[in-house]
Amino acid sequence: MTAVLPPIPELGHLALWLALAAALVQAVAPWHARLGQAAAPAAAAQGLLVLGAFVALGWAFLVSDFSVELVTANSHTMKPTLYKLTGIWANHEGSMLLWVLILALAGLLVALMPAPLGPAFRARALGVAGMVSAGFLAFLLLASNPFTRIEPAPTEGRGLNPLLQDPGLAFHPPTLYVGYVGLVVAFALAVAALLEGRVSSDWARATRPWVAGAWAFLTLGIALGAWWAYYELGWGGWWFWDPVENAALMPWLVATALLHSIRVLETRGALPNWTLMLAILGFALSMLGTFIVRSGVLSSVHAFAVDPTRGLFLLVLLAGLTGGAFLVWALKAPRIAEGARFAAFSREGSLVLNNLLLLALLSIVLVGTLYPLALEGVSGRQISVGPPYFNATTLPIVLGLAVLMGVGPLLAWKRNPRPGFVRRLWPPLAAALAFGLIGLALGLKTVLAVLGFAAAGWLIVASLLPFVGRRRVPTFLALGTAIAHLGAGLALLGATASGALQREALVSLRVGDGFAVGGLEVRLYDVGPVAGPNWTALEATLHVSRDGRPVATLTPQSRTYTTPPMETTEAGIVGWRGGDLYAALGKPDGSGRWQIHFWIKPLVHLLWVGAVLMATGAAVAAGGRARMAWPGRARPLVSRPVPVPAE
Amino acid sequence: MTVSRILPLVLLAALATFLGLNLGRPQQATVRSAMVGKPAPAFALPGLAGEPGLRQADLATGRPVLVNLFASWCLPCRVEAPQLAALRRAGVVIHGIALRDRPEDVAAFLARHGNPFGRIGLDADGRVAVGFGSSGVPETFLIDGQGIIRAQHIGEIRPEDVPKILKELRRWG
Repeated sequence: MTAVLPPIPELGHLALWLALAAALVQAVAPWHARLGQAAAPAAAAQGLLVLGAFVALGWAFLVSDFSVELVTANSHTMKPTLYKLTGIWANHEGSMLLWVLILALAGLLVALMPAPLGPAFRARALGVAGMVSAGFLAFLLLASNPFTRIEPAPTEGRGLNPLLQDPGLAFHPPTLYVGYVGLVVAFALAVAALLEGRVSSDWARATRPWVAGAWAFLTLGIALGAWWAYYELGWGGWWFWDPVENAALMPWLVATALLHSIRVLETRGALPNWTLMLAILGFALSMLGTFIVRSGVLSSVHAFAVDPTRGLFLLVLLAGLTGGAFLVWALKAPRIAEGARFAAFSREGSLVLNNLLLLALLSIVLVGTLYPLALEGVSGRQISVGPPYFNATTLPIVLGLAVLMGVGPLLAWKRNPRPGFVRRLWPPLAAALAFGLIGLALGLKTVLAVLGFAAAGWLIVASLLPFVGRRRVPTFLALGTAIAHLGAGLALLGATASGALQREALVSLRVGDGFAVGGLEVRLYDVGPVAGPNWTALEATLHVSRDGRPVATLTPQSRTYTTPPMETTEAGIVGWRGGDLYAALGKPDGSGRWQIHFWIKPLVHLLWVGAVLMATGAAVAAGGRARMAWPGRARPLVSRPVPVPAE
Repeated sequence: MTVSRILPLVLLAALATFLGLNLGRPQQATVRSAMVGKPAPAFALPGLAGEPGLRQADLATGRPVLVNLFASWCLPCRVEAPQLAALRRAGVVIHGIALRDRPEDVAAFLARHGNPFGRIGLDADGRVAVGFGSSGVPETFLIDGQGIIRAQHIGEIRPEDVPKILKELRRWG
C-alpha cells in the first residue's frame, strides 16, 4: 500500500493537536523532579509544530483552497498576493493562530538560548508559558478552528474587507502580538521567580530585555494602528479612544511602568513585589485586551464577530491564568521590606512617581472603557465615553509625565540632588518658555495646548542633557533612554500641534471652484474615474497653492471594491512642512457639486518619528550597561558577566 | 496574609464576574436615544423657500406621525426613499428634518428621490437632532398623538422594516 499524505489543511490541523500535546508536556514537566528537563525540548517541538500549522494555513490562502472555510470567507483569487498572505491573520481564527505562533516561537527561542538563571529556572518559566500556550491552543482547536472545511467547496472566495488591504494594517496585528508575547515571557519569568523565591537584580537583568523588546513592539504596533486610522480610514485623526484602541493602550501603560520599575530592581534591588505585580498585571491586561477585542463585549468601530462562547472561553482563560498568578503572588511575594532605601528626589523617587502616574493613567483608561458597560448593566442606560472625558483627565497627567521624564534621568541614584542641580535645568526651562511662546504666536487657543508645547520643548532639550559636558561614552541604557525620551517629546509636540493648530474646511465644490483655508488656496481641478486591481474609484484632483505658488496636488478617492462590494474613502495626503495636507472626497450631491473635507495637520509627522524613536530607544536600552565602542577611541566593550547560579 | 496581598485577586474576581455577566448581552452598535418615552423637544425650524417649517406643535395632532431625519449628503437616505414612499402610500404622515443641509441641496434631493414628507424643517446646526437624542442620519422617530416619542429607528428603513413600522404605528394609533 502506498502511503498517501493527507491534504495539507488536515496536516495543519494535526500539527495543532500535536502542539497542544507538546504544550501540555511543557506545562506539566517542570513541576516534576525528573521530568523537568523535558520542558525545553517540548517548547521547541511546540514552536515547530505551530509553525507547521501556520505554514499549512498560509499555503491554503496562497493557492486559494476554498474548501477551507476561513479562506473562502477571507480571500479571493483576484486579491494581490501580499494581501492573500496578510489575509491569514485578518480574521479571528487566523489572528489567534498568529498569536499562538508568536508565543510558541518565543518559547522556542527561550529553549534554544542560554539560560542566564539556570536550566531549572528556565524550565519553570517555560512551564508557565506552556500553560498559556495550552490554553490558547485549546481555544483555537475547540472554539476557533482555522482549518474547518466546507463541502462542497465554492469556486470563489468572499474576499477580504478592503479596509484591511493596507500595509499599515497588514503589519499592525503581528507587531502588537510580538509585544503581547514579550509580556507573556516577562509574566512567565515573574511567576517562576515567585515560585523559586528568587527575585533579585539578576532576575531583573535577565527579564529587562524581554520587557524592553515587548515595549518597543507594542509602541510600534500602536503607532501602526494610529497610522492606519489616520491614513486609511480617512477619519482625519489618529486616536479616537475607541475600546479596541484602549485595549492595546492599557498593556502599553503597564509595560512602560514595568520597564522603569525593573530598572530600580536591577540597579538597587528595590521594589521587588511591585515589579512582579506589574509583570503579572501587564499580562493580565494583554489578556483583557484580547478578550475585549475577540468577545465583542464592548461595541467598537473595530466590529469583530460577536461570539459569546468564545468570549466565555477567553474569560475563563484570563481569570484562571491571571488568578493563579495573583494567588502565587499573594502567597509567595517576598516578605522582606521593599529593599534598599532612597531619598525622595533621587532617581528611584522619580521612577516611583513615574509608576504612580502611569497607573493613574491606566485607571482612567480602564474606567472609561468599562464604565458604559457597567452603567448599562446597572441602569439600562446607554452612553458612550469619548474624547472629552479621556482628554480632560489624561492630558494633565501626560504633561506631568513629560516634566518628570525630562528631570528623572538627570537625578542621581539613592540621594537627593546636589545644590547646584537646578542650574542644569535652565536650558530645558528656557526651551519650555520658547516653545510655549512660539505656540502662542502660531495661534494656540487653550492653556493645555500651550502647556503641551512647553512640556514638549522641555522634554526635547532635557532628554539630550545627560550627554552635555560628559566625557565618558554613554551606556546603551543611558543612550536608549535619551532616544526614547526624545521620541516622546517629539510625539508630544506632534500630537499637540496636529490637534490644536489644525485647520479644517468642509465644502461642497463644483469642478473649477476653490476655497481658502489657513492661508492656502485649494481648487477642485478635476474629478474622474480610476481603476485598481480589485476596485474602481472616483478620484478628485485638488490643487493647493499659497500666494499663487503651487504647494501640492492632492488626489483623494472614493473607492468601490468589487468583492465584497464596499465603499471606502482613500484620503489624499501630501506632506507639507512636517505636517500633512489631508483631503477626503465625499459624495456628489446630485447637482454637480462634490463634498470635500480638507484638513491642514501641522507637524503630525513628528508623531510617527517620535514613535519610531521611542521603539528604537527601547531596543538600544536593551543593550544594558555596556558602553559603546566609540569610533576612533580604544575603549573595550565592557559588559557585566551574567552570573549563572549553580543549581 | 494581609488584605493588600489578596486585593489583586478580589479585583480580578470582580472584573471577571462583571465581564461574564455582560457576555450574553445583545450588542447595540449605536447609542439608543434617551428621549424615547419622553415628549419631543420644543423646536421651530424654518422650511424650504416659500414653505412652512416644522414645529413641535405639528407633531401632537392626535394621531401618530413619523419624523425622519435625513440629509442630501447622506447616501443611505437615498436607499430608504422607496420605503418612505411606501409608508406614505399607506397613509402615514411623515415629517422630515434635514440635518446640516442647504435649502437648494434639499430641494434637489427631493426632486430626484421623491418627497414623502408632509412638512420639512431645516436643522442647519443639528441642534434639534441632538434634542431628539439622534446619533446620525438617517434616523426615524415615531411620535404618538400626544407628541411623545415612542420609538426610534436607527439607520435606513429597509423594505423588511416597513410592516414592522406600520404595526408600531397601529399600536400607538
